[in-house]
Amino acid sequence: MTRLTWFYRLASPPTSYATAGRLLPWFAVPAFLLLAVGLYGGLVLAPKDYQQGDAFRIIYVHAPSAWLSLLGYSVLGVSAGIGLIWRMKLAHALAAAVAPIGASFTFLCLVTGALWGRPMWGAYWAWDARLTSELILLFMYLGYLALRSSYDDLQRADRASAVLALVGLVNVPIIHFSVNWWNSLHQGSTVLRAGGPAMPAAMLIPLLESFAGFTLLFAAIACIRLQAEILNRERRPTWWMDSAIKGVPHD
Amino acid sequence: MSTAVTSLPAVMALVFARECRLAFRRWSQLAQPVVFFLMVTTLFPLALSPEPALLRSIGPGVVWVAAVLASLLALESLFKTDWDDGTLEQWALSDQPLAMLLLAKVAAHWCLSGVPLALCAPVVGYALGLPMSALGTLMGALALGSAVLSLLGAVGAALTLGSRRGSVLLALMVLPLAMPVLIFGARATDLAMNGDAPDAGLWLLAAGLIAAISLVPLALGAAVRVSFE
Amino acid sequence: MAASLLEVRDLHLWRGSLHVLRGLSFEACAGDVLVLEGANGSGKTSLLRVLAGLLWPEAGEVRWEGQALDDDRAALGRRVSFLGHEQGLHADLTPAENAMFATQLRRRCAADEVREALAQVGMADTDRPTRALSAGQRRRVAMARVLLAKAPVWLLDEPWTHLDASGVRLCQDLIEAHAAHGGLVVLSAHYGVDFKSTRLRRLGLS
Repeated sequence: MTRLTWFYRLASPPTSYATAGRLLPWFAVPAFLLLAVGLYGGLVLAPKDYQQGDAFRIIYVHAPSAWLSLLGYSVLGVSAGIGLIWRMKLAHALAAAVAPIGASFTFLCLVTGALWGRPMWGAYWAWDARLTSELILLFMYLGYLALRSSYDDLQRADRASAVLALVGLVNVPIIHFSVNWWNSLHQGSTVLRAGGPAMPAAMLIPLLESFAGFTLLFAAIACIRLQAEILNRERRPTWWMDSAIKGVPHD
Repeated sequence: MSTAVTSLPAVMALVFARECRLAFRRWSQLAQPVVFFLMVTTLFPLALSPEPALLRSIGPGVVWVAAVLASLLALESLFKTDWDDGTLEQWALSDQPLAMLLLAKVAAHWCLSGVPLALCAPVVGYALGLPMSALGTLMGALALGSAVLSLLGAVGAALTLGSRRGSVLLALMVLPLAMPVLIFGARATDLAMNGDAPDAGLWLLAAGLIAAISLVPLALGAAVRVSFE
Repeated sequence: MAASLLEVRDLHLWRGSLHVLRGLSFEACAGDVLVLEGANGSGKTSLLRVLAGLLWPEAGEVRWEGQALDDDRAALGRRVSFLGHEQGLHADLTPAENAMFATQLRRRCAADEVREALAQVGMADTDRPTRALSAGQRRRVAMARVLLAKAPVWLLDEPWTHLDASGVRLCQDLIEAHAAHGGLVVLSAHYGVDFKSTRLRRLGLS
């Protein structure tokens, strides 16, 4: 147990509240810088795609949100698992904080995908494997949020939704596989192609910048929401006033 | 003080037998999912058109969508009575692993609701114009698929135990997780209908079932314990 | 003094935003009848559920024979028989079927044994499904289930709810007999109870 002391100290509400607050600028500032540079580079400076023209530029929002939708669910599932197994409230708070962010990025990914689909396929929606998986992922987020909101008691909500998140996490790869099996028509992955990226640097570098920028933005929002979650589930809301004055014992 | 402890398989058989006995005391409830299944499949020809070629092409999908909805409907109240009357508490306090008792209960539920669905499926498939050669695959795939659905749906039903239950909540949670079952099952039926080998879909369903049997009891146990808190 | 069977140390429990149990500590030995007393909402039920391992305390520990609660759930199950607010009886099964099933979860059990236990609580020869019984009759059947479990520890939550005068007396006799045979009974009561038992201890919850 002693080895885990730091782990539990970090998990105490005052400490984690303060830590989240301290981390916030370290995520937020680079996030905005990278997003500014990356989006300017991608939306203005990068050359037109020889096939898709300007339409391809939506990739600078679409691809990072697709990545964050999955990252969000992984963070959700892993922290839910930690919360369930080690009964760590901070992990549950993190899961609760991350779920709506992940759902938002999933939604963003679907919307940008649909907008991209119009010039590409001539329709806003096509039953393409990746869009469909993304849609199912959105449904999974919505199911998670629905279960959470059906509980009045926070602790039960935490633990019940954690079980669902874990089941979902195991299911995500299976769903991806099944949807791909159902329908494998989409352009291949362009960034992570074996043998080096196929994109020219002028397109690729802004893309990587916006990936990093959006990910940091995700982390920054997660910090803010985590602070709110911690306050929300703290039963003695006085510590955060006390904590400025003196050290606070952890119960 | 205590006497010989019964073995786990014996206790699981006991739970299974209790479920069957209870089900046959209220056998009309037992028939409800099957009737629902038959009714939903009747809606499609009425809503679309009775043209055989169209019905045949949508047949596998119709059967599977109806089967998924029917199993969910049947699962809604799977643990409700036992939770309300304190039986699940007693299970949790017995010296047998709660997860395995719940697995036995789900197995019984599958025998009483999934198997009848699978047995009815050929009739429905025939009515929708599926070729005879595909009916065996349809039945087998539906038997496997409904087992996975029972397991997944049971987790959902257990998770709603302590909540303000909305009637749609279970579907919202479980349907996304059940998509692979629908895809594998419907595709296997589709392949068989077109004279291709449906093995891939069936094997994938079987693999899914094995995965579900090994993982779902853990989730079930955790979900039911959460509901006591 | 015998080694303590149950040891509770500095137990803290929150229900929602209520701090129900605040640093509760006590011990109990085999042969004790421990009565948890307190007003509604004082945490009697919660404490019993913590002891049974159904609820998790925020802090503190519960030890049965020196073993922490989560070390061995099966051992806990063999040790404890629990009677909660709900009886644990299925409405569609007869009392005998219910008692038989609950007991067989724990051990092999003959039909005679079940009949005997039901007779002991005055519920012999009832073939009606449990739904047709009165609340007090159901409580009696649940008491028979507790008897049949043959567990050394009984955790009873308001055992005489719904019981008539003779039922309360019967229930008290059963509890005293169990304690006299070296069992431990922890029960909650929201009004005073008089037991003849010399090993009666009261624990006030506020």
